[in-house]
Amino acid sequence: MIKHRAFLALAVSAFLAVPFVAPASAAEGQVPPPRVKWSFAGPFGMFDRAQLQRGFKVYREVCQSCHSLGYVAFRNLSEPGGPEFTPAQVNAIAAEYKIPDGPNDAGDMFERPGRSADRFPKPFPNDNAARAANGGALPPDLSVIAKARTYERGFPWFVIDIFTQYQEQGPDYLVALLKGYAEPPAGMNMPDGMSYNHFFPGHLIGMPQPLQDDQVTYDDGTPGTVDNYAKDVTAFLVWTAEPHMEARKRIGFQTMIFLLVFAGLLYFTKKKVWADAHA
Amino acid sequence: MSGHSTYQPQGAFMKWMERRLPIVSLVHSSFVAYPTPRNLNYWWTFGGILSLMLMVQIITGIVLVMHYTPHETLAFSSIEHIMRDVNYGWLIRYLHANGAAMFFLAVYIHIFRGMYYGSYKDPREVLWILGVIIYVLMMATGFMGYVLPWGQMSFWAATVITNLFSAIPVVGETIVTWLWGGYSVGNPTLQRFFSLHYLLPFAIVGVVVLHVWALHVVGQNNPTGVEPKSEKDTVPFTPHATVKDGFMMVVFLIVYAWFVFYLPNYLGHADNYIPANPAVTPAHIVPEWYYLPFYAILRAIPDKLMGVIALFASILILAFLPWLDTSKVRSARYRPLYRQFFWIFVAVCIGLGWLGAKPAEGGYVIAARVLTFYYFAHFLIVLPLLGMFEKTRPLPNSISESVLGGQSKA
Amino acid sequence: MTTMSSAEHTRRDFLYIATGAVGAVGAAAVAWPLVSQMNPDASTVAAGAPIEVDLAPVAEGQVIKVFWRGKPIFITHRTKKEIDDARNVTVASLPDPQSDEQRVKPGKDQWLVLVGICTHLGCIPIAHQGSYDGYFCPCHGSVYDTSGRIRSGPAPTNLPLPPYEFVSDTKIRIG
Repeated sequence: MIKHRAFLALAVSAFLAVPFVAPASAAEGQVPPPRVKWSFAGPFGMFDRAQLQRGFKVYREVCQSCHSLGYVAFRNLSEPGGPEFTPAQVNAIAAEYKIPDGPNDAGDMFERPGRSADRFPKPFPNDNAARAANGGALPPDLSVIAKARTYERGFPWFVIDIFTQYQEQGPDYLVALLKGYAEPPAGMNMPDGMSYNHFFPGHLIGMPQPLQDDQVTYDDGTPGTVDNYAKDVTAFLVWTAEPHMEARKRIGFQTMIFLLVFAGLLYFTKKKVWADAHA
Repeated sequence: MSGHSTYQPQGAFMKWMERRLPIVSLVHSSFVAYPTPRNLNYWWTFGGILSLMLMVQIITGIVLVMHYTPHETLAFSSIEHIMRDVNYGWLIRYLHANGAAMFFLAVYIHIFRGMYYGSYKDPREVLWILGVIIYVLMMATGFMGYVLPWGQMSFWAATVITNLFSAIPVVGETIVTWLWGGYSVGNPTLQRFFSLHYLLPFAIVGVVVLHVWALHVVGQNNPTGVEPKSEKDTVPFTPHATVKDGFMMVVFLIVYAWFVFYLPNYLGHADNYIPANPAVTPAHIVPEWYYLPFYAILRAIPDKLMGVIALFASILILAFLPWLDTSKVRSARYRPLYRQFFWIFVAVCIGLGWLGAKPAEGGYVIAARVLTFYYFAHFLIVLPLLGMFEKTRPLPNSISESVLGGQSKA
Repeated sequence: MTTMSSAEHTRRDFLYIATGAVGAVGAAAVAWPLVSQMNPDASTVAAGAPIEVDLAPVAEGQVIKVFWRGKPIFITHRTKKEIDDARNVTVASLPDPQSDEQRVKPGKDQWLVLVGICTHLGCIPIAHQGSYDGYFCPCHGSVYDTSGRIRSGPAPTNLPLPPYEFVSDTKIRIG
């Protein structure tokens, strides 16, 4: 029996130790970002609607001039589990955008006001134009950026994370990055157009410091600080990356309850069946 | 109670059918009356779990194909379309992506169970080799599936793995160009990987059928490694094994659901949410966790060709296990030394997996070389010698004797 | 087994039935997403929103085709003769009796808006063809009149009318 336990223990620890998140940006010189308290963390964590709406405002007034949001449609803004603007608000937001369309009957391309079914238009016609306008650096699309960035957790944290469900490495990094601009250390060679960022791998980043205090006026009276802007826009980008997160966790909870009940019933059924066999 | 009834067709239609296609009696003899050793422990339920996972992967895969577009300009966005717009698309995709990891988790437990209890030994060599073939097909399928989202990891995994073949002298470059359908990884590569990713699972189903057939010819091994001798040693498959397998399947599904619903991207790579970019290689490219030990072996060898040979040899050596292990005793229960070497081997595999995720530099490379040496030594030195020198414990006369000999639980 | 009491029997049977029932519920719950995913996805539903069509450029006697939800919509600016032809029939004698007035908006007799899909097996009829100079389906020879009503051939019903309304004198919204 003891041998069995050892087998079990080792196999379980093997299972725990082997799965491994590879660092997406494990380049030298990356500083682990500080943990942020998120409303959407954990098995029951949900988005804070007001925060998503504020974050959208920051995206619209700051990020959007360079960064596209190409996989997100205006209609998503009113869907359940997101910022939940009203459909009328969404129509008004969409109408502020110019959407390339065509060709018309004369064969010409034209622009028209956005509709809720449209996706967010891109700020540049193509990647080369975006590079040319940004000193050679391509501002990435932000639709899934919160899932496309992370940092290395290292042993034993990557094992512990399975149980604590800590998976906000991406958003934590984004907040740290947005707040991480500083003067370069003395003697550091700064190429033209580059900024120093404490949390960017390698510290040299093409994006100038995007956020300043009082840059965006919040409609709900939340103080306009860089800290609030960074957290709000990041929460918004977590939603754009994972628009069905709330449904996922809700269905996940139902599934877990079901599986536990079913496993319990099967366990007792199994005991009954085998009791007959041992008799 | 353990009378293994034979199927008697009831009613005119069943009798009519039985004379023409005896499929009901085949199922009955294979999955109902089939004698199962009564002392099987829970490690024996992973075969059933693997069948379940194969079905989950095929069903979710067929659904994903209804929405996915295998084209370099559309693959990434079609995945996002699935994640955002398709009804329950996010669920089906996360089930498929995490299902692959769970499939490998189960297959590793299944393989190690076979190693611990000597399930590959006479007369189960063909059964074991069919299992190795399934494993190799799984690796190929999993790799090609990982390429399909056409993110950064997809693209660079395709580049690195296909470049393994460039190590072949003289014809290597020609073969790689042929694999790519171009001068670099591109749209033709993606489309053929998609085709093969859809095809191979059905090849796996075919080999699984052979695997189960071979199993039912030779019968299951059991924790004692002593073949069943009388009816007292076995119980009918249904309901005993069925309900036990069913219970463990649901327990396994809980682990699976934990990842799907709460950590859906934990087992993936953040870089794969960046669209493929042929101009930039990610700073740190690693395969999925289930390939890491082999990746460590590849990188441990400083020579390109030898590294590739070591990589393939480390997988293919499994097929020779029935002949490399010279011991007459199957189960590690009665092999005190082998049992220790088995656990060392497990630790070495985990160690290689950990090293596979680390950068190939400094002490990591040296450690990987030591563990790679041990990996092969386990098969080529330890197992052949153990069989000659190990003093094994006395075997029980029968399964029922071992069960009744003070052990209440199977 | 032979010594098992009937109470134990009942308890065991209940356990087996409960387990089986819960398993069946689980199987049904799993089947639902697999069925639902084949329904139109969110982007398709959103793209099926109403469209507006400007009628001003459509000359008398002309037919234009626009697409709504992937279906061709025929918008016909009918001539006086076409309207008269459509109205000079005994409605009761038609295979699918419907008056022309029922098929146009009041006061907009010249505008006929149809879903241009043959009600037989889904081919697209050709305008200004067939013995009634209405629409003719080349696939299996169904003939529609200038009101889009089936007159002969295998099609069972008249060409359907899409939901639409006039938002101004020369503009309609379909959907």
